[in-house]
Amino acid sequence: MADAMSLEQALYHRGVTRRQFLKFCGLMASVLALPPRFAGTIATSLQAAPRLPLVWLEFQDCAGNTESFLRASNPTVSQIVLDLLSVNYHETIMAPAGKQAEQSLEDTLTNYPKGYLAVVEGAIPMGEDGVYCTIAGRAARDIVREVCGNALATIAVGACAWDGGLPAAAPNPTSAVGVKDAVPGITLINMPGCPMNVVNLTGVIVHYLTFKELPATDQLGRPLFAYGQLIHNYCPRRGHFDAGRFVEEWGDAGHRQGWCLYKMGCKGPQALSNCPSVGWNDATSWPIGSSHGCVGCMSPHFWDTRTPFYERLPNVEGFGIEVTADQLGLGVVAGVTAAFGAHAVISAVRAGVQPIARHGQPPDQQSDTREPPPSGNSNGS
Amino acid sequence: MAKLVIDPITRIEGHLRIEAVVEGGRVKEAWSSGTMFRGVEIILKGRDPRDAWVFTQRFCGVCTTVHALTSVRAVENALNITIPENARIIRNIIDGAQHIQDHVIHFYHLHALDWVDVVSALQADPGETAALAQSISTWPKSSANYFKSVQDRVKTFVESGQLGLFANGYWGHPAYQLPPAANLLGVAHYLEALDWQREFIKIHAMLGGKNPHLQTYLVGGMAIPVDPNSQIAINAQRIAQMKQWAAMARDFVEQVYIPDLLAIASFYKDWAAIGGGLGNYLTYGDFPRRTIDQPAEFWIPRGVVLNKNLATAPAAMEQERIAEYVTHSWYTYAGGDAQGKHPWQGETSPRYTGPKPPFEFLDTDAKYSWLKAPRYDDTPMEVGPLARMIVSYAAGHPEVRATVDGVLQQLGVGPEALFSTLGRVAARGIETLLMTRELDRWIDELAANIGRGDLAIHSGERWRPESWPAEAEGWGFMEAPRGALGHWVRIKNSKIENYQAVVPSTWNGSPRDARGQPGAYEASLIDTPVADPEQPLEILRTIHSFDPCLACAVHVLNGNGRELTRIQVV
Repeated sequence: MADAMSLEQALYHRGVTRRQFLKFCGLMASVLALPPRFAGTIATSLQAAPRLPLVWLEFQDCAGNTESFLRASNPTVSQIVLDLLSVNYHETIMAPAGKQAEQSLEDTLTNYPKGYLAVVEGAIPMGEDGVYCTIAGRAARDIVREVCGNALATIAVGACAWDGGLPAAAPNPTSAVGVKDAVPGITLINMPGCPMNVVNLTGVIVHYLTFKELPATDQLGRPLFAYGQLIHNYCPRRGHFDAGRFVEEWGDAGHRQGWCLYKMGCKGPQALSNCPSVGWNDATSWPIGSSHGCVGCMSPHFWDTRTPFYERLPNVEGFGIEVTADQLGLGVVAGVTAAFGAHAVISAVRAGVQPIARHGQPPDQQSDTREPPPSGNSNGS
Repeated sequence: MAKLVIDPITRIEGHLRIEAVVEGGRVKEAWSSGTMFRGVEIILKGRDPRDAWVFTQRFCGVCTTVHALTSVRAVENALNITIPENARIIRNIIDGAQHIQDHVIHFYHLHALDWVDVVSALQADPGETAALAQSISTWPKSSANYFKSVQDRVKTFVESGQLGLFANGYWGHPAYQLPPAANLLGVAHYLEALDWQREFIKIHAMLGGKNPHLQTYLVGGMAIPVDPNSQIAINAQRIAQMKQWAAMARDFVEQVYIPDLLAIASFYKDWAAIGGGLGNYLTYGDFPRRTIDQPAEFWIPRGVVLNKNLATAPAAMEQERIAEYVTHSWYTYAGGDAQGKHPWQGETSPRYTGPKPPFEFLDTDAKYSWLKAPRYDDTPMEVGPLARMIVSYAAGHPEVRATVDGVLQQLGVGPEALFSTLGRVAARGIETLLMTRELDRWIDELAANIGRGDLAIHSGERWRPESWPAEAEGWGFMEAPRGALGHWVRIKNSKIENYQAVVPSTWNGSPRDARGQPGAYEASLIDTPVADPEQPLEILRTIHSFDPCLACAVHVLNGNGRELTRIQVV
């Protein structure tokens, strides 16, 4: 590793100029919500970094986070991610299979003890001795304990690796859990979402290489730079919410003009995510931008706590003007099964408890940061 | 004879294991096993049918969008909803774009390394690569300097000593046949395709909010509005942007993918006689030009071809003739495991009877997979791009006939070459080429429809559950990139009573059925040459030619399973 090239050198060989490189560092500084002066710090750190080994594990997954990873959006980001790291194991894209693939995993664990990053995608089934997911004849729960237990740090990407996600939705047929419950006590960053947004994964990695520490997180392990703000607070449609202009039916005039989707079930008022700021696929769009409500995919156990997706959240108050959305709107709130009350959201936002990226204290009392009841007790079955 | 085990099969989606017996340098017998189970259909029970597409889309993130579309079609079928024209066309655009992007990723990032030796590219003369590139295509990135820069990148990478994803590959294996110059071409386009797919799929982000896992489907239509006088809806600017993405797709497929495919295939013609397998092909048909209940108007036809018969028109496909077996799958049926059950009568209880992990071998005489075994008229079928091209060819589809004949002629092989590993690879490319042409037409069709003043994107009269019958059942289907995909839903008192999916990789990757008939992967591996059992590259070639997707393939049908152990999640 000693003679491994720095990132900047490697990029130069790939036709990425220093100017493009610094532009990337500036982009990363803005994703990480750092002041512009940090772009220089990031550049200095990356120039010196040899490629950090990375092992990407997939268990009860759909490879959606892998696909998201492949969509790294800035024209140079995917190259930077590929060249910045040494991705030694990733079943979906690695050249070898079978024994030779397992050799790549073993080599990494042997040669880089406590010196590699582990990324986990998918839930880990704990039921029935682990028979619901095996790789090379080994149970996922045994693999995740060995690999994450010896890693420098682990990043759980997507809802499934965070809290069990879809496989853990009621009635959780395979006793699926996320990394935090399968391997308690490790250094862990959680990046929920279905899938996670690759801009944020790149942000975590660059943050680590720059500051030699993982980014500050809330009490659920989510980086504050990406999961510190309610979608509702930064939604471009917020003005319509405040003014009481709601989509009433799909395809109506309000829907065509981009009015608020709250009445169509949008979970933005309860979802902590930087989606409105960074967008998806190189900021091409994002779900609300394409006129469907947020489903709260970055929220805890969202398959149980944010469903039914088309039922509106209860009593989200309009602030700025002191009336509720229902008073502004025309309808009557139907039966609502969402798990969390809205008052906590309102009070937190009103209190102005908004974290700044590094070392910030997580906003207390936000509904989205509370652990839900154990899986299996929710609606849906 | 000891068994050969390949687990994990990499460069696929999901968890697939192949066990095989190799004798005299050829595969004598093979078993395909899916080794992961989630139980999504159990989770769907009791939920709002309008939510189902969000759940089922997560069957797979590689085949993103396809299970969402199939799910809304199933619920619309159950509730007798006809969607507006704009929604139909937008769905075709999304679906077509998925095929194009998915097939290109498959060719370059999941399959190419079976044919292209990355290390050999280091020995190439960039001038020779440029000459080769210019002889097969007008793609502008084809100078000797360009290929020299790619080669330098690879050299730099190798010299770093950290080989990452390429470590422990089968480099130098005798089955690699390409000259160094062609290997360098393959490596260059591997990298270009990585950039291309990221840009092209922005068409999904525009129409679906994000990719993967688009978020604008609705039971009854789409949530992305159309309105020429709105800045947030599909307007003239966005139509123009879509046209650009379509042109970008067509350029890349015509000038890079297809020339590469033909060039590489010309070095591997022996693979036109390997990996044929079942010889039975099934399609549900897709890309409706009118409503979904008029299959005769689909762009890809519906039908069944048996025994490699291209001479007569395909037989009719009737979904009622599908049944699934669990004889060799880790499930039980109440009436005994020897019978097959149609999805409507689907009844499944997961029961693992395999070895306790860690294990070395599965007991392939007994149950050995989380995949079930779907059969049509008790016959195992292959689905996918090859099935689509064969059914279309037999049905006399003019564009398919012309393009398939052209490719066969260029390779100097007859139609029998289609029934092979190479045939699968070629069919996928041909389909992609035709799809890029169609994509542009669909965008024009959308523009024309909006131009007529039609702004409808959703049929709302049966949106509210109060408007639904007490009980309903529906079938949704599509041609996903990997083949025929069906969802069956039963709705009772506004909730999902039962949900079930029979997906392409379940057809292709299925274990044996009650009669001991192998699935498509298993059958296709028979007689595949294996030069070195320690480096089973040839087995990967045939398996990858199907583009396996295992997360999709493993399902359980309803909640009749026994109570499973549950642990407290805190």
